Amino acid sequence: MTAKEKNGKRVRYGMVIDVDRCTGCGACMIACAVENNVPSTPPGAPVSRALHALRVYRAGGGPGADGVAFFPVSCQHCEAHTPCVSVCPQNAVELDPKTGIVSQVASRCLGCRYCMAACPYHARSFNWWDPTWPKGMEQALNPDVSPRMRGVVEKCNFCHGRLHAARAQAADEGRRDLRPDEFQPACVEACPTGAMVFGDLADEGSEVARLARSPAAFRLLERLGTEPKVYYLSKRPWVRQLGQASLQRRAEENTDG
Amino acid sequence: MDNLLLMRGGRRSPLRGFLIRLAPWAALLTLGIYSAYLILSRGLNQTNMDNRFVFGLWIFTDLGVIALGAGAFFTGALLYLLKRRELKAVINSAVVLGFICYSSAVVLLALDVGQPLRAWFTFWHPNAHSMLTEVTFCISCYLFVLTVEYLPVILRNRRLRQVPLFLVLEFQLHKVMPILAAIGAFLSFFHQGSLGGLFGVLRGRPFAYREGLALWPSTFFLFILSAAAVGPSFLLVITWIVSKVSGRRLMPPEARRLLARISGYMLLVYVALKGADTLVWINWTAPAAGLHPFWFYAYQPFGTWVLFSEIVLFGLLPALILSSRRSRGRWLVPAAATACAGVLLNRFVMTIQTLSLPTLAFDGFLTYIPSWQEVAAFAGILAYGVLVYSVSFRYLPLYAQERRLTLDSKAERHVPVKEERHVSVGV
Repeated sequence: MTAKEKNGKRVRYGMVIDVDRCTGCGACMIACAVENNVPSTPPGAPVSRALHALRVYRAGGGPGADGVAFFPVSCQHCEAHTPCVSVCPQNAVELDPKTGIVSQVASRCLGCRYCMAACPYHARSFNWWDPTWPKGMEQALNPDVSPRMRGVVEKCNFCHGRLHAARAQAADEGRRDLRPDEFQPACVEACPTGAMVFGDLADEGSEVARLARSPAAFRLLERLGTEPKVYYLSKRPWVRQLGQASLQRRAEENTDG
Repeated sequence: MDNLLLMRGGRRSPLRGFLIRLAPWAALLTLGIYSAYLILSRGLNQTNMDNRFVFGLWIFTDLGVIALGAGAFFTGALLYLLKRRELKAVINSAVVLGFICYSSAVVLLALDVGQPLRAWFTFWHPNAHSMLTEVTFCISCYLFVLTVEYLPVILRNRRLRQVPLFLVLEFQLHKVMPILAAIGAFLSFFHQGSLGGLFGVLRGRPFAYREGLALWPSTFFLFILSAAAVGPSFLLVITWIVSKVSGRRLMPPEARRLLARISGYMLLVYVALKGADTLVWINWTAPAAGLHPFWFYAYQPFGTWVLFSEIVLFGLLPALILSSRRSRGRWLVPAAATACAGVLLNRFVMTIQTLSLPTLAFDGFLTYIPSWQEVAAFAGILAYGVLVYSVSFRYLPLYAQERRLTLDSKAERHVPVKEERHVSVGV
């Protein structure tokens, strides 16, 4: 626990993703999988059963679109009415009041998948198979993160293993607070265009808080009232519209078709 | 041996014919057990569900059978608490049906979770805010109550009654039936409701999300009402089927009329409230989430015809027929079957249609077709129901007035009673 957290000051970890800068390269997805010991799915398995704490969606081609936009979507770490937390029958999903991080307790998860039905961002994956790695790849696993067993749900936790490591490092050095650059999720670190910025949203002077206040900032499905802590940036109005509109565009396309 | 187990006056077909007729169901059950083995040993990758379509055929079946099985608690409450004696004729059948429906649901739920051995965690680390916690607690307790209610029916078997201990036990259990009926009604009330709440609380699924009344969303109350409404209808339909198959008269007309009328009135109230709930959703709930309600119906095949069918064709229409005093007998069973289909359609809409609709603007409409293992497990559950009911009907007094009614009908047709033993019947 950092000094800020201990003194009751709320740290609210969050992320801002600049959609206009994202090229859809998928480096964030790979970095996430490597960092969190995500096993690959068996050959021939549908992509809808893949394990991904972060998934890049491609959007575009709709009315008013001037190109494409890529949306990296992970858990949005909803602050209010967190849909997955209240539905879990055995308290396997927690919203850490000190950091605002929503995490999944894999060893307590029953695998009922009610949280997945509840999540409007489809940010949760189920372990449909036993985790296996090609021979020799076990050597490359991250020792700070335990692999999840078959039959449980997993999701992004802003690389909790890194947070623990950063806290331990700071404690070793006699510090009680983390420097902003000390704890960064793997996806943010890997993004080649610097489209992702991570930090404490409660710290008004932080870059992430400044970007979140920008007029170009928006959040996905804001009107559901879940107060996500992942923000998106775009100067293109049709892209910002995608965050808000949900069914409308598709419905119009279907009706036209 | 078989003859000694049969009820006195309850003529049944020869054992050989009975077993031959049940053989296909036993084969189906075996297939179901095999697929259950595959699912438990290899995991849920044996199904066609995925990260987006997380509930499928089994959850729909669970919601469906639990609604249809509501006849057990509702009939019990009417008989033991409100003293509607006419229902004594069907109470045992209602209990067996309830037991079958609830035990089937529990088996399917055990298959449907990724870590069934952790089911007890819900009791150890319960999340009081979760509707699923309420469902788990109530269904477990109610299945226990149903088992205790089923026990005296088993103990009334002709052969078992010869054991003095069983006779005493059955007598004693019978005395506590009103208490069990009250507990059953209480538990059923909550889990039927919390099954509705399961979807009504999903803020992230604006198609299912409903405004709250006190602690619960409106679907909580709608599920209770709809289940209580179709429970008696299901009892009516099953009794009609068994009566046709066995060639016996099972239910006196006054019980049939009472069940139909209760079902009809409850269904009328349900349809009215469902209509009001839909209007609130169209005018307030969906727009508040930034969505036009009819966008949800732009995805074929789930057009507005589903909503119309659910409320009018499979709701209002059977409700009017069942509640009408002028309804002729032959319309009651089709109307009751339509009412059951309506509630199944409602459960389908809440599970499958909810999950197939996208929430993110850059996401697509989803489809899902169950795998053969899912279908086999479902068929196995169906076969289990048929087998338990058939065996119960053969050896236990499920219909208190069966003997009297059959004798009466033979007397009406001037059939000498002594010829009865030559009648070969189906079940």
